[in-house]
Amino acid sequence: MLDPVSLPEKPPILEMRGISKSFGAVKALSDVSFTVKEGEIHALVGENGAGKSTLMKVLSGVYPHGSYEGSILYDGEERHFRDINDSEKLGIIIIHQELALIPLMSIAENIFLANAPSRFGVIDRDVRRKRTLELLAKVGLSEAPEVLITDIGVGKQQLVEIAKALSKDVRLLILDEPTASLNETDSAALLELLKEFRDHGITSILISHKLNEISAVADRITVLRDGRTVGTLDCHEGVVEEDEIIRRMVDRDLESRYPKRDPKIGNIIFEVENWSAHHPQHPERKVVKGVSMKVRAGEIVGISGLMGAGRTEFAMSIFGKSWGRDISGTVRVKGEEADVSDVHRAIKSGLAYVTEDRKHLGLILAEDIRKNISLAHLGGVSSRGVIDDISEMKVAQEFRGRMRIRSHNVYQETGKLSGGNQQKVVLSKWLFTDPDILILDEPTRGIDVGAKYEIYTIINELADAGKAVVVISSEMPELIGICDRIMVMHEGEFVGEVAGEQATQENIMRAIMRRKGRQE
Amino acid sequence: MSTPQEAIAAPKAATGFWKDNLRDYGMLISLVVIVVFFQIATDGVLLKPLNLTNIILQNSYIVIMALGMLMVIVTGHIDLSVGSVAGFVGAVAAMLMVQYSFDFVTASIICLVLGGLIGAIQGFWVAYFKIPSFIVTLAGMLVFRGLMIAVLSGRSIGPFDPTFQRLSSGFIPELISSANGLYLTSFILGLLLAVLLIWQNYKSRARRLSHDVETEPFGFFVGKNIVVFGAIAYVAYLISSHRGMPNVLIIMAALIAAYGFFTNRTIIGRQIYAVGGNARAAELSGIKTTRLVFWTFVNMGVLAALGGLVVAARLNSATPKAGSGFELDVIAACFIGGASAYGGVGKVTGAVIGAFLMGVMNNGMSILGIGIDYQQVIKGLVLLGAVCVDVYNQRR
Repeated sequence: MLDPVSLPEKPPILEMRGISKSFGAVKALSDVSFTVKEGEIHALVGENGAGKSTLMKVLSGVYPHGSYEGSILYDGEERHFRDINDSEKLGIIIIHQELALIPLMSIAENIFLANAPSRFGVIDRDVRRKRTLELLAKVGLSEAPEVLITDIGVGKQQLVEIAKALSKDVRLLILDEPTASLNETDSAALLELLKEFRDHGITSILISHKLNEISAVADRITVLRDGRTVGTLDCHEGVVEEDEIIRRMVDRDLESRYPKRDPKIGNIIFEVENWSAHHPQHPERKVVKGVSMKVRAGEIVGISGLMGAGRTEFAMSIFGKSWGRDISGTVRVKGEEADVSDVHRAIKSGLAYVTEDRKHLGLILAEDIRKNISLAHLGGVSSRGVIDDISEMKVAQEFRGRMRIRSHNVYQETGKLSGGNQQKVVLSKWLFTDPDILILDEPTRGIDVGAKYEIYTIINELADAGKAVVVISSEMPELIGICDRIMVMHEGEFVGEVAGEQATQENIMRAIMRRKGRQE
Repeated sequence: MSTPQEAIAAPKAATGFWKDNLRDYGMLISLVVIVVFFQIATDGVLLKPLNLTNIILQNSYIVIMALGMLMVIVTGHIDLSVGSVAGFVGAVAAMLMVQYSFDFVTASIICLVLGGLIGAIQGFWVAYFKIPSFIVTLAGMLVFRGLMIAVLSGRSIGPFDPTFQRLSSGFIPELISSANGLYLTSFILGLLLAVLLIWQNYKSRARRLSHDVETEPFGFFVGKNIVVFGAIAYVAYLISSHRGMPNVLIIMAALIAAYGFFTNRTIIGRQIYAVGGNARAAELSGIKTTRLVFWTFVNMGVLAALGGLVVAARLNSATPKAGSGFELDVIAACFIGGASAYGGVGKVTGAVIGAFLMGVMNNGMSILGIGIDYQQVIKGLVLLGAVCVDVYNQRR
């Protein structure tokens, strides 16, 4: 614990004064001030598009001196960074949301990619190995330096990124949404690590949408909204409520983070029985192990579990066998056995799967909103194989209005939309197929608070329209907030089921831990 | 909620019209600029009726093959074997017609089926075995060039039956007697085509307006159609004052129209673009991506075969050198025409314009007496430049 009395005496390590930055006519930052004290964890929060990433790019020199107004004081001196190398030399290291690791290279090669220890230009592998081991120990990773990046999980990859930052003598570590793709355990480990760094005098700036994490580790919180500083909250001057942060971020009171709904639950319309799937590259590994589930019309069922529990694999193997091999089991829709042997047939049977990876598996980023929405059901806007462009456009406009997709028009490229709007386009695509069963995989990943609320509202509307909705999520509060029932998956099996009103993070974790204990 | 945004969106959409369509019209403008340049530089030889007819005849097979190549490129693949396949098919055609005296209809059908089979074999490896198309078709390029030389035993086979020759060097029959050296049937046909095109444009605009769909400004619409009509009528006039409309031009125009419609308006056409844009997302949207890739290669094979027949008919013999290097012209035409090497982007009209852009440059530079050496240099730079401009525009 930091001593609150001694804090003000330390000079700030970073002071950004009156930063303004425009892109053409759009003002991304206007007169932002941001001060970070040495040795603190400073959280930077705000909705998507509030200017967090832009501010960090100004700081790290991605936007060079001269392309913005205002001044940057680092270590008490004014700095003019021309590029990212300038800031790195002074120990400012930024770790982006999309990790910058090379998948087919080893951990050691990745850590020392640009500054490998060498003699006369020849890499000294022994030194590199030794230093890698030291760094890995610091971040608590026990993998061998020779292991390839592609063979370790996202959580460990994140740690490798941090080890890479440490190799550059980091003083100010900037993490952009580090836990967005991590499960609860890995997230907790990462946050512990940040606290440890703090004890060793490393300052961190943490950008995150996960407010529970921020209140757990941050010393101070700066809130940005529409390119302006709203204010800085000090966590040591009394408890900072999550709702207080949200209120400042969105400038409106969210009555609740989850919209209210009276479930109208009907008959069972979706049944999966004894479903199994094996890993595509390692056929001997059974990833989904004889799983069964039933979902009623109008019901929202959550699937919780740790990363790697087999939830996405379960969903994708049902959806037209798009994951895995040697798949067995039966799927029944409205009491009749459904043919889900390929995606086309699964869609025909009334299934829809909204992917967790909308950029790679959900959207054609170079195409416009209109073409993305009609893609899974082109038959609905055409006759005799010929597309009717006008009815296609009207369909797109209808969804744009209904889903409140924020864009100039339906001809805007989906790659240029924000995460929340992209997710709405993916949802529109699947709603246009008019499915009976919707499987949503991490439907709010990387989306800001306001957009999340809208997505939850849409999910509620779908359930109320009599559809069976399955939500897979790594954010437990989200599942607890919107689901009628939560099933807990662990290592390819369902290990527990909790009714919505009784669900708490504790009893979900208990279901997982109980099973873990039994195995050991 | 959405009202304030609509208000912002409306004026932006109107001014955005030019920007959005710059890419499409930019291509056409470049072609016009190059034509005007060579017209002046060659003292008007370029657009002499004889020379214009020649440009069309010389480039017909490039255009035909570019239609198939465009779709292969749109799915994110490439076909390096088209030149060899065209040569091989031409050799088989010569063997069938000259040595085994098949009639030209039967021989042509056999050749087109053969082309389809070749495409199917290559497509099979690419689509179902996921072997990079670059490698499969590089192998195909060697294999079919070798087979062609084997079929010909290293010599030329010819000449063909005159009926077959008419495929590329024939002209449509004149029903009305020509007046003042003008082939009236051809001219009227050209005018009819122009009228048909404008009628189509008008109908589609009226339909959009009746559904309150935002469309191009009226002044622009009128101007565009006047230019289109004028250009077609002028070209038709020039062609009609030489020998009339070449048969191959009719085939080419029909294919361009058919493929333009197919890629733009049909479900399968749309799905091809989706596969190139994001194959995994397309697959998870229920599109049968493997099957589509397979059929684009079959289609490419058939069009390469047709290209081979046209070349053979034009040269009036099958020679071991026929078709060599065609793949480069065909691929260049697609990329100059705005297709993306990453897949998912490219238009039929673009590829056709790209092919003619190359054709006009070839022809113009030859008239100017520029040697084959510097012609290659200039063509290479134009290809690089066109793609650079495209990439730059994308980034903005």
